[in-house]
Amino acid sequence: MNNLVKKITIVMLIGVVFSLTGLAQAAEKIYVPMLTYTTGPYAPGGLPIDQGFRDYFKYVNATGGVNGVMLDWETCEYGYNTGRGVECYDRIKSKNGKMGVAVFPLSTGVTYALIPKTQADGMVLHSMGYGRTDASDGRVFSHVFTAPMTYWSQVTAITKYIGEQMGGLNNLKGKKIALVYHNSAYGKEPIKTLEVLSKKYGFKFLKYPVNHPGLEQKSTWLKIGRQTKPDFAIIFGWGVMTQTSIKEAKAIGYPVSKIIGNWWSASENDTRPAGAASVGYKAAGFHTIGKKYQLHKDILAKVYGAGNGSGEKSVVGEVLYNRALVQGVILTEAIRAAQKKYGNIAINGKQLAWGYEHVNLTSSRLNELGLGGFMKPLKITCANHEGANNLLIHEWDGNNWVNPSKWYTPMYDVTRPMIESSAAAYAKEKGITPRSNCN
Amino acid sequence: MMQAFLFDPFMMMYDSPLFFVEVLVSGLMSGVMYALVALGFVLIFKASGVFNFAQGAMVLFAALTFVGLWELGVNPWLALILSAVTMIGVAFSVERIVLRPLVNQDPIIFFMATIGITYFLDGFGQTIWGSEVRPLDIGIPNEPFMDFAEWSGLYINKFDVFATVVCSVLVALLAGFFTKTKIGRALRAVADDHQAALSVGIPLKTIWTIVWSVAGIVGLAAGILWGSKLGVQFTLALIAFKALPVLILGGFTSIPGAIIGGLIIGSGEKIAEVYWGDAFGGAIEDWFAYVVALIFLLFRPQGLFGEKIIERV
Repeated sequence: MNNLVKKITIVMLIGVVFSLTGLAQAAEKIYVPMLTYTTGPYAPGGLPIDQGFRDYFKYVNATGGVNGVMLDWETCEYGYNTGRGVECYDRIKSKNGKMGVAVFPLSTGVTYALIPKTQADGMVLHSMGYGRTDASDGRVFSHVFTAPMTYWSQVTAITKYIGEQMGGLNNLKGKKIALVYHNSAYGKEPIKTLEVLSKKYGFKFLKYPVNHPGLEQKSTWLKIGRQTKPDFAIIFGWGVMTQTSIKEAKAIGYPVSKIIGNWWSASENDTRPAGAASVGYKAAGFHTIGKKYQLHKDILAKVYGAGNGSGEKSVVGEVLYNRALVQGVILTEAIRAAQKKYGNIAINGKQLAWGYEHVNLTSSRLNELGLGGFMKPLKITCANHEGANNLLIHEWDGNNWVNPSKWYTPMYDVTRPMIESSAAAYAKEKGITPRSNCN
Repeated sequence: MMQAFLFDPFMMMYDSPLFFVEVLVSGLMSGVMYALVALGFVLIFKASGVFNFAQGAMVLFAALTFVGLWELGVNPWLALILSAVTMIGVAFSVERIVLRPLVNQDPIIFFMATIGITYFLDGFGQTIWGSEVRPLDIGIPNEPFMDFAEWSGLYINKFDVFATVVCSVLVALLAGFFTKTKIGRALRAVADDHQAALSVGIPLKTIWTIVWSVAGIVGLAAGILWGSKLGVQFTLALIAFKALPVLILGGFTSIPGAIIGGLIIGSGEKIAEVYWGDAFGGAIEDWFAYVVALIFLLFRPQGLFGEKIIERV
């Protein structure tokens, strides 16, 4: 009898322990450290992205989390200062002893600095549309992701667009294309690609660096508008630089319709301050603009409707807000992919990296997420951390981004060999053995 | 290499003299805008011997207040007056809270105090008005005089001409204020020696409040002009760095010096960027201005028009 009581007691205790563990697991959250800049010279760019991130995370949690696992986050303000960004990462990379799963530095400089740190911490580093382009080679950079597109791909697609305006890529021969760029690691990223394209298509490539923060560009635009007179000018700007470029171009009489901003020179904060000067300005993007999509309606209803919005309601649907949604969607899809393999648990960074390598955002999946037509399908693989995506060009009419172009596929035949060659050089320099199990 | 430095630039000038004139004129007009910021520094240094590190922050704060009030529906002229009153309030607070307790302290202590004021105004302004870019359109088109351009081939910008006129009027008023009025002379006496000025009955506190107020109002003018070029945003505070080489060149105590310094720096950096920029890989205008200022420091440490201080020991 005593033995029976003992056995029943042991079974009951085991049951209690298991159920407590289960509860603990259910309550465990996926932690994401968020680096933001909502003050300082680049705050106008950082603010809508920060708002989009928070809104999306709140929306995910309000709709039951990712397969029942809630998202948790901490933010650290670094003012787009690389040193402070790294310090922020060290401060918030873990919470309650648990390491975060992914970080989005929102700065090419910080991305470069965090590549070795996140590798050591077993965390995913996702530099979406910025950062180190050759990190797209997943065989070398196992934990860094650049999806859905990189700067190198971007300029090939923009070149395709310019070629089309000229009547075909072959007509670029003898023409001039200028690059006005932020004189930093970020701004210099596309130079190599444009040099290759210049040789391939026979156009003259002109470079115009602009020092941080880009307050004074009169001489740059005097050279462009009155001396070299390029057929098109591409801007790789950030913050005040872009609007100053637009205004100075107008001031000197260079046609603004011949200027194409990259996707970080493509927000309402770039065009509105330039006022009437920016009418006709064009800019690139890997997603569309506006809040007509179901996801936006759901966020407005479930987050803002509950009085839980992270900022002004009017910002929902703006360019940089939408970019944050792309970031959020890729993250949650990667978590779902990882949960398929590891179970519906609060996965860790290494498991998330596996999930990232199995993201497959098809058209039907985008429809399910309430983003049908918002962006092109995206498939990330072990070897290709950029995935394959498309780009479109919008035009500013003085109040809104209008006239979306068709989608342009980048020249991956140009960029991929460059990426692999650059990544191989990096691997050699750092003594990294590329993964062989990707192919 | 030598050709790129010594031959090509001059050939370019010779080949396109009209373009050279355009670069020169654009540079001079940019210089006027730098001088407008430099004026605020000069005013405070001239009257109190304090290098006011917070001048850039005052420009930002004044412009944020002006555009913020305007956005709230206040008539722009009233917003201008209210912003000027706010800057007088800032001056009054600075005098009471920061400067008064530091009378007779070393200049470096005052300088450190102004660094504190900078960070306070930067943060406080953004706390009240936010960090978003605020477009500011004062109705002056930022485009060339096209008729003139077609006639002469020279592209002269309407906004730059307007800024030049505003700056000229401000300089004339300030020069008159310093030389023709009793308060102006008192300001200069305070700058020479706080204690001596006090001993002859000059009210130091009042003088400081006045000079900080005037610098705040000059900052408001600079903030509105720069804000309508760039949008009103945090970056406005950084234009102070464009004024530093102007001050080194023109002298910290001379209003005409700020103007001449601005013109030399503005035109010099533009000519350097356009004609010698390529030889250096571009983007040389920022550091070129400081190189010019450093060369001047070697030969005239007091600047072009600054007062040469000789102390007997």
